[in-house]
Amino acid sequence: MAATKTAIDLSAAMVTQAVPLADWLLVAPILLTMAGGALTIILRKKSAAQPWIAISVISLVLLSNIALLNHVLSNGVVTMVMGSWLPPFGIAFTADALGALLALTASVATLCVAIFAMNSIAANERRYGFYPFLLMLLCGVTGSFLTGDIFNLYVWFEVLLISSFGLQVLGNEKTQIDGAVKYAVLNLIATTLFLAATGLLYGLVGTLNMADIATKVKAFDNSGPVLGLATLYFLAFGMKAAAFPVNFWLPASYHTPRLVVTAIFAGLLTKVGVYALLRVMILLMPEGRDWLASLIGVVAIATMLTGAFGALAQTDIRRTMAYLVIAGIGAMLSGIAVGNQVAISGTIFYSMHSVLIMTALYLLVAFMYQMSGTFSLREIGGLYIRTPLGAGIALILLLAVAGLPPFSGFWAKLLLVAGALEADRGWVAFGILASGLLTTIAVGRIWIFAFWRGGNENTVDGIQALPIAGSADASDVSASIWLPLIVLTALIVVIGVLPEGVMSISEYGAKTLIDPTVYIGSVFGGAQ
Amino acid sequence: MNTLILRTVAPYLTALMLLFSVFVLLRGHNEPGGGFIGGLIAVSAFAIYGIACGVSAVRRAMKFHPMSIAASGLVLAVLSVLPSLFLGQPAMTSQWYAVPFLGTAIDLSTPLFFDVGVYLVVVGAISSIALSLEERAD
Repeated sequence: MAATKTAIDLSAAMVTQAVPLADWLLVAPILLTMAGGALTIILRKKSAAQPWIAISVISLVLLSNIALLNHVLSNGVVTMVMGSWLPPFGIAFTADALGALLALTASVATLCVAIFAMNSIAANERRYGFYPFLLMLLCGVTGSFLTGDIFNLYVWFEVLLISSFGLQVLGNEKTQIDGAVKYAVLNLIATTLFLAATGLLYGLVGTLNMADIATKVKAFDNSGPVLGLATLYFLAFGMKAAAFPVNFWLPASYHTPRLVVTAIFAGLLTKVGVYALLRVMILLMPEGRDWLASLIGVVAIATMLTGAFGALAQTDIRRTMAYLVIAGIGAMLSGIAVGNQVAISGTIFYSMHSVLIMTALYLLVAFMYQMSGTFSLREIGGLYIRTPLGAGIALILLLAVAGLPPFSGFWAKLLLVAGALEADRGWVAFGILASGLLTTIAVGRIWIFAFWRGGNENTVDGIQALPIAGSADASDVSASIWLPLIVLTALIVVIGVLPEGVMSISEYGAKTLIDPTVYIGSVFGGAQ
Repeated sequence: MNTLILRTVAPYLTALMLLFSVFVLLRGHNEPGGGFIGGLIAVSAFAIYGIACGVSAVRRAMKFHPMSIAASGLVLAVLSVLPSLFLGQPAMTSQWYAVPFLGTAIDLSTPLFFDVGVYLVVVGAISSIALSLEERAD
């Protein structure tokens, strides 16, 4: 109670030394998004002010995440425990290069989506909560990336899931309910598995703090419970990340919400699953990963190939993009299957690339729909004449998702292939290259049909057909649509041309994951 | 439900339950209780009032829209995290302040404000769900 005056030595249980202000960068994104979400709910009737509140809050989060990444790169892993209670009892927020990089990328993607949504989300849908849900989604995603406690990770998963349910049914259409049910059921099963596995893990090692788990789990090396837990976690997070064969929910649900919503889903949600896999498989249970490596390899190759073939088979560009998300997930999983430092940094690089490229591609689909009035590759055409700038952006984005140089996807795949060859996993390398080839064909088809061909599928070569009724003209496209597309494309090009920065960050992140001494030292540094 | 007995009793029952919810909220720091459970009790009070006297009566009685109540609770919870920022302590470190009141001291603390925030979030969110469900039933 109030200031008990008796002399109790608090330093045994609590942090007593002053905490530098910079450590608050760990919780700043969460506090900002929560407060911003609350503010947009209170002002829900002022639909004109909503985008501006959201955009300024997300910009602040972006700045804070830049500062956090900078802090992590110059001072190593940063930890803050809630309520001053020393770990493992206080909930720890711990940012390493992996978490900070992904949190930063997530805020970039969310900012682009918030700007893009200014024109594409109708005022009445804003009133139904687009911006509050978007802010809470960012809150959940950033929380997942920055927390150092596995049960807390579960809580952030719930935050982002509930926000994503809200975003998914925005618009109240029948197909949206259908998509949301598939999405919700599968994700709830995955979350339940995650919770069950966490309960079992707590029963086994008696702690929920990730750094503490990483230390204590070594006492159980190669025993049945640890391997069983690793498998449970792999299934739970694999489902969230949309790994084969538990990925059918993704193409079944991603084409139903508003496209801006899908853009943020495709950018962030599956990557949270990959992130959680990295944390659990590499940091917490490396033995479990070694034991599962071949299985993860097979799953990764199957995911990449189903994604690439799925993308080839579709004629609806929204569905093609959904399969491209899956192909990317396969590539990220392949890094976890290989498990050496090069491959893990490839996975981290690819996650970052994938957040940017998938958000950009879905925004591109929304733009193409606005220009042509259709999603079907049979109907679409003639966009090159109507928007040369759009055609250029589309070419860059589509080649980047296939992993062609000089764009960001190339370096990620290069690291993944190099890692796989180094570890003598030729099949994984082959899978990455084969899916890259198939993806190139799939995206090439989109560009040729939508931009090069003069009109719909019956158009004769060299003829420019009339645009479909109801489609917009390039001059009608507002700046709020161009700006996010151009910014994301520019980022992808810049990272592709100057990859050293991101490469060294992901290498640093991979090093901390594989050898967790720095991570553990950061959490328990005060205690020892 | 349009029975005279329920309609007569409901306002008193609601008032009692709301009072009880505040009691549960306040005792929550050291004993079973707290913002979440207190909030649920308050929502049940509103729900009973809604069943007896109709949803519009509840909305009038609540004065603010449930969503605004939930959002202000969230703001309060976020604000209660901040004081430790200015004292160089980690987030959510509790701060205590004893207020002298009629010869005794009342302990005010940041966890109390956090809990009140949780109470408001639960009251707002769940009652907005409950009220819209009751509205459909009408």
